Amino acid sequence: MTDTQRNILYFGFIAVLIIGTGFIQSWNSALFVLNFGLISAIMALGVNLQWGFAGLFNVGIMGFVALGGLATVLISMPPEPEAWAAGGTRVIISLILGAATIVGAILAYGALPKGRMRTIAMIAILFIGFFVYRAVFDGGVQAVEAINPANAGYLGGLGLPVLIAWPVGGLLAAGAAWIIGKTALGLRSDYLAIATLGIAEIIIAVLKNEDWLARGVKNVVGLPRPAPYEINLQNDPAFVEQAAGFGLDPVFASTIWVKLIYAGLFAAVLIVLFVLAQRALHSPWGRMMRAIRDNEVAAEAMGKDVTARHLQVFVLGSAICGIAGAMMTTLDGQLTPGTYQPLRFTFLVWVMVIVGGSGNNLGAVLGGFLIWWLWVMVEPIGLGLMQLVTSGMAEGYWLRTHLLESAAHMRLLTMGLVLLLVLRFSPRGLIPER
Amino acid sequence: MDLLNAIVALSNFVLIPAIAYGSQLALGALGVTLIYGILRFSNFAHGDTMAFGTMCTILVTWAFQSIGISGGPLPTALLALPFGIAGCAALILATDRGIYKFYRTQKAKPVIFVIVSLGVMFIMNGLVRFIIGPDDQRFSDGERFIISVRDFKALTGLKEGLAIKTTQGITVITAVIVVALLFYFLNRTRTGKSMRAYSDNEDLALLSGINPERVVMVTWLIVAALATIAGVLYGLDKSFKPFVYFQLLLPIFAAAIVGGLGSPIGAIAGGFVIAFSEVTITYAWKKVATYALPDALAPDGLAQLLSTDYKFAVSFVILLIVLLFRPTGLFAGKSV
Repeated sequence: MTDTQRNILYFGFIAVLIIGTGFIQSWNSALFVLNFGLISAIMALGVNLQWGFAGLFNVGIMGFVALGGLATVLISMPPEPEAWAAGGTRVIISLILGAATIVGAILAYGALPKGRMRTIAMIAILFIGFFVYRAVFDGGVQAVEAINPANAGYLGGLGLPVLIAWPVGGLLAAGAAWIIGKTALGLRSDYLAIATLGIAEIIIAVLKNEDWLARGVKNVVGLPRPAPYEINLQNDPAFVEQAAGFGLDPVFASTIWVKLIYAGLFAAVLIVLFVLAQRALHSPWGRMMRAIRDNEVAAEAMGKDVTARHLQVFVLGSAICGIAGAMMTTLDGQLTPGTYQPLRFTFLVWVMVIVGGSGNNLGAVLGGFLIWWLWVMVEPIGLGLMQLVTSGMAEGYWLRTHLLESAAHMRLLTMGLVLLLVLRFSPRGLIPER
Repeated sequence: MDLLNAIVALSNFVLIPAIAYGSQLALGALGVTLIYGILRFSNFAHGDTMAFGTMCTILVTWAFQSIGISGGPLPTALLALPFGIAGCAALILATDRGIYKFYRTQKAKPVIFVIVSLGVMFIMNGLVRFIIGPDDQRFSDGERFIISVRDFKALTGLKEGLAIKTTQGITVITAVIVVALLFYFLNRTRTGKSMRAYSDNEDLALLSGINPERVVMVTWLIVAALATIAGVLYGLDKSFKPFVYFQLLLPIFAAAIVGGLGSPIGAIAGGFVIAFSEVTITYAWKKVATYALPDALAPDGLAQLLSTDYKFAVSFVILLIVLLFRPTGLFAGKSV
């Protein structure tokens, strides 16, 4: 069997899984799996760029995804003029002051000669800068959060079309990745892992606690959508007539149609990114990245700047995760910082890349779909399994209740098992790198 | 008098909690650093190993309580601790046999081990949630305080009170005992010396007839004990919640790196550096400042540098500073 045939078989299998979900459960859940599968495939592409191309171990995917989500709010929500008048400018000035402090400290570090003076000067700059920043910032935040806290209490966004948020999400994630990469790349590989783990937790903490930015755990709901609202479609006589022409109920047709529009948008982004990643992989740049991955010393001897190339690919991969994050928040229609879990957003994506085949873009896409399907379906399957196991036990027996309640945690076990089995018996994944 | 009150308030809200937290972090970081030294990878499953050991201990504690065994004034969990360690050690040795050993014989790259440890983390996390559930569990019993605020005030006549929780006292005492035993073991016994030799230079150690499998096994056993003790102490002091234990990974790694990965003494120093920075930076200094400073200088606000929600940011920033200026850590660990 040639590679192409095998790949067609794999993706045919994915199609059967999704279509099967449609027949057995409902078409709405099949499209739900498809849409999130598309987003997962994009995240997996980003991680594959970092791990598969360059061997960089990023466990902060959740943070970059969340930054993409933040971009959706900042770009698409209407601005809150009252909040801006009350303290918006003050908050922005304080942020500029904070950034200036850090830049000042870095400049001082570069300008002053090495020694105790430099250390003292840097600490002094950071210390004074921090207090000035807090003095300006706190008042501004209080003023902003006092304005209509039940419905707003934040600065709002720019009121631009939501699609613009997708590239902006990528830019935000790229910025964060640059800061992390600048400090942790060039050191031993584990350090990058730990630094990314940390930045992800901090980004989530900021999203949860900075109410002026995106309402924190009060969530931003009702984000503008690139697709029409179901209710508008149902009230649109032309749409109802068309649906009737296919013999469909307008409510069902509208929900399916909206999901299809999303699927089209996501598929377009995935195809563009896939083609770009594929071109990159088969360009001299891609070959250089793989050479660096396989033997850093030899690549360095050939005059390649390993740290700079690592930084480049790390920023690119994180940007893709940011785009995917913005897309996901758009699909959800809300930003809920409380739902960002590392196991779901970081480690699951890793399982996707490893299972699909690290170093192979097609493999990453395959892994994205396959593992996402598994993630959604493990819960009903696990529950069914538990019901089967416990069917012999008496109703209300403590072990039975406990097992049925814990079926939800089957997901973690299954994912861990899948990851370990693939690593052990097929370390190159389903579609290996060529 | 005011200065005395300031000192009491400082000890009550900063020094004592930070010492207890620092001991817990130090024990956790010791486990990470030992694995790093001997097996040469960063074990991402360490937080969940702690959670698993703690869970075993909690289950045994409940069993003891139900048949009427208790530790008197001390928490029953201390009696259950050896059983918890045994449970954790059994699981860890099983994962080593079933999973890590394969990659060791293959001489896989460290980053592969890290990914494998992610898989192990998933499974352990799933097991813990499966068995005990994802919710908060409190399992501390016995006396709550060594000195309560009221007793202290009556004793000294000061305005500020000082409370030392039993769990804080136990944490520090246990940590001191454990660390003393560990260093005795590493420096004085034959097995401990062979472990250090293996960590310093694998090839030379193999040449001199050290059995690597035995070294690895002993390491895992020690790590199981350290992780369980650290987890139980943390759980007694605060509460047990699987997700919180996962999140402890960050401060624990920060502590191990600040001290220098692979250096046991560094792990302890790192644990206290992280704990003290976390507590001092997220503490509202208003009370202490009001006592210590003249009235004119007393702060209006809370005088809190960062809200407690950002305690992870503190360990993270310290981590970044160390990575930027001294990547090998305070006590020059390995930097491969």
